[in-house]
Amino acid sequence: MHTKREGEIRIPSGCAIAAVISRKGKGMTGERIIESMKPMHDRSNGLGGGFAGYGIYPDYKEQYALHLFFDDTSAKADCERFLRESFEVVRAEPIPTRKIPQITDEPLIWRYFVSPLKSMLASLQLDEKEYVVRTVMKINTEMKGAYVFSSGKNMGTFKAVGYPEDVGRFYRLEEYEAYSWTAHGRYPTNTPGWWGGAHPFALLDYSIVHNGEISSYDANRRFIEMFGYQCTLQTDTEVITYIADYLLRRQGLTLNEMANVIAAPFWSTIKEKPAEEQQNLTYLRSVFSSLLITGPFSIVLGFDGGLMALNDRLKLRSMVVGEKDDRVCVASEEAAIRAMEPDAHHIWSPAGGEPVIVRVETEKEKGKN
Amino acid sequence: MYMIDAAAYDYKTLNETIRQNTGGCTVTHCLGQRFLAAGMGEDHAVTTYGTPGNALGAYLNGAEIHVHGSAQDAVGDTMNSGRIVIHGSVGDAVGYAMRGGKIFVRGNAGYRAGIHMKAYGETCPAILIGGKCGSFLGEYQAGGILAVLGLPSPDDAPETLSRPIVGNFPSTGMHGGRLYLRGDTSGLHFPEYVSVRAATDEDMRILDPYLTEFCDVFGYEKSLITGEPFTLVTPDTKNPYKQMYVMN
Repeated sequence: MHTKREGEIRIPSGCAIAAVISRKGKGMTGERIIESMKPMHDRSNGLGGGFAGYGIYPDYKEQYALHLFFDDTSAKADCERFLRESFEVVRAEPIPTRKIPQITDEPLIWRYFVSPLKSMLASLQLDEKEYVVRTVMKINTEMKGAYVFSSGKNMGTFKAVGYPEDVGRFYRLEEYEAYSWTAHGRYPTNTPGWWGGAHPFALLDYSIVHNGEISSYDANRRFIEMFGYQCTLQTDTEVITYIADYLLRRQGLTLNEMANVIAAPFWSTIKEKPAEEQQNLTYLRSVFSSLLITGPFSIVLGFDGGLMALNDRLKLRSMVVGEKDDRVCVASEEAAIRAMEPDAHHIWSPAGGEPVIVRVETEKEKGKN
Repeated sequence: MYMIDAAAYDYKTLNETIRQNTGGCTVTHCLGQRFLAAGMGEDHAVTTYGTPGNALGAYLNGAEIHVHGSAQDAVGDTMNSGRIVIHGSVGDAVGYAMRGGKIFVRGNAGYRAGIHMKAYGETCPAILIGGKCGSFLGEYQAGGILAVLGLPSPDDAPETLSRPIVGNFPSTGMHGGRLYLRGDTSGLHFPEYVSVRAATDEDMRILDPYLTEFCDVFGYEKSLITGEPFTLVTPDTKNPYKQMYVMN
């Protein structure tokens, strides 16, 4: 039977997110983050789970790690031909998985460590990252049966249809070490739940896990599609990922500024701020008004060297933060943090629109402590 | 006292076990199990350790719950009667649409504490928060007593210390009941359709039995709390909806 894909059907109708990062950049296997998803099992319905790990490919950290789903071997052969025309493929291999009864109907799942061909970059006059983005968009919109679901350096996302704790075992996440993990359990509200539609959504090293349902999806989509992004899946998380790439990479905004665009304070709140801050907030709300995200969301944005957790400005979804030693945990529920760190201290809830930004310390900062 | 190790159970089995143990039980190692003690009556008393899940004591109908630690979202959702005592903090929407009984929280509360609590006849629910609250405190409050004391909380984080006693937009849509705030409230903004004034002796007499009970359960010296002035917020019109949408 043909399973309907994202974009082919809309089901008008909750989720779980978690993350952990080591400020010292220490490697953690995927077991910890899988544990965190267990007490939140009932927030998902088995139609999607996924993880992103940062720092997992130290041997190929100079290459872009492309993770792909293929429907069949002919889609794979076509796509591989295209990849070899576009990139120097340093290594190609199936992503290791474990056969478990909870995860079925898997597509072909491969990864490619690639470097853009210098000649192509020169002739197209593009920088590497833009070239990778365009290639990913091309595959995802034009190549039937092929889908790139991860495209960053020294990071990767792993996702499937299933409960997150099963997805984690399926992908053998205990074999990877990351300084930062994010996770998602899905309860799809608008789309049927297909492997590609599970979270995290990722582009380059940006990845998003999201709990909520944004009501500004179409307004955001219309704006972002003017800049070469193509939203193919009708899921709101995809558009948030592209907004992150657009604001952070292409517009060069800081994370705080991005938070003030997508979860902009109310005008009445801005009015109470000191003059200079008022001016900055007004500027961001005015210039990027189409990127204001309304409706409930709690997200974790993963990026190279850190993560940012953010709630919508009305805080219509729950999110808590806790710390233990050099580790910072974020989750939809305190129980998830306790599952990772039973003795976590300072468990607190960020306010709506208040970004929590955690970065791995640089070598220099580490020396100071 | 019957002991239950929650680590072995999902929320359904756990609740069934609690239900069978009238007269009281202690639940250890809670980790996110939802709906604990939901709908239970006067013949139940439940003490928990660990982190119970969302909707703790929802539809509570007379039972007594003590949580040693923090609770998550929607504690006492639509509760009817009974008492919930939280020794740590609570998440969002504590006492959602609560219509009777009492909730005492030693620490902080998240967003929308006391949203749409209501009262009828002799039945008057009460929520006392020892620490601070997030935004939209008492949203659409239709009745009952809400009090926020602004005391230091055991799980205050560096990020929360500088917060005001209440976040933005308190008492939005308020059309009944009473909100008491302890200490300085000069920086807070309230909607036009509520009246904000210093609590009188008569106002404090109404709150007093709840403060006494709060101090009893958490071991506070009452004079420490009553030494500060209180502010009282009440709706100032009998027709608040009319004023919310059109000014006529």
